[in-house]
Amino acid sequence: MLAEVTGLVVATPKSGELEGVRFAVLQPLGADLRRRGAQVVAVDTVGAAEGQRVFTAAAGSARLASGMRDRPVDLAVVGIVDEITLATGGGT
Amino acid sequence: MNIGRVVGRAVSSQKDDRLVGTTLLLVEDVDASTGRGTGDVAVVADTIGAGAGDVVLVTQGSAARFTAITKDRPLDALVVGIVDAIRMDGADTFSRERGFGPAGTRRTPAKARSTRGTGT
Repeated sequence: MLAEVTGLVVATPKSGELEGVRFAVLQPLGADLRRRGAQVVAVDTVGAAEGQRVFTAAAGSARLASGMRDRPVDLAVVGIVDEITLATGGGT
Repeated sequence: MNIGRVVGRAVSSQKDDRLVGTTLLLVEDVDASTGRGTGDVAVVADTIGAGAGDVVLVTQGSAARFTAITKDRPLDALVVGIVDAIRMDGADTFSRERGFGPAGTRRTPAKARSTRGTGT
């Protein structure tokens, strides 16, 4: 998923398996790079900041992100996007 | 993960043996910016003691089985956290004490607080 980081979530009472994990609110982006669909929450293992575009790994792949092995996570930010080039020439 | 609000509790006396003792909550998805319910509701297992009205983080799919308590149980949704705060653009849009809405301001209609960009 391509998404923009729109915020962060603080959750103190949580499953012990998620101690020390950082949660980011993500807004998925569509093919035109506009915001599309409902916001979701992902664990962030790469230190993404608000406003940055990122990509994620979902489901079982999320647990392959750094430090997430065997943790109850279903979505992880695994990279920050530096640049996007659209074939239509409308990228940033 | 999704952000949801606990809207109820499901009681089931006839269920899979491996679900005996599991607390089952009804959780409605909410918009992370506004707190408005989407109308989608799920039966979600809880091991951390979330209660009615709590805003929670819900993990889905096989991830729900990756805790000591839920391992090998037939579950696909689990409360993994009770949300204390959500921050967007440097400001709290939610706190557990206050609910949704910008800190220190009168609550405004959800539509006006939306951070969605134009064209969506």
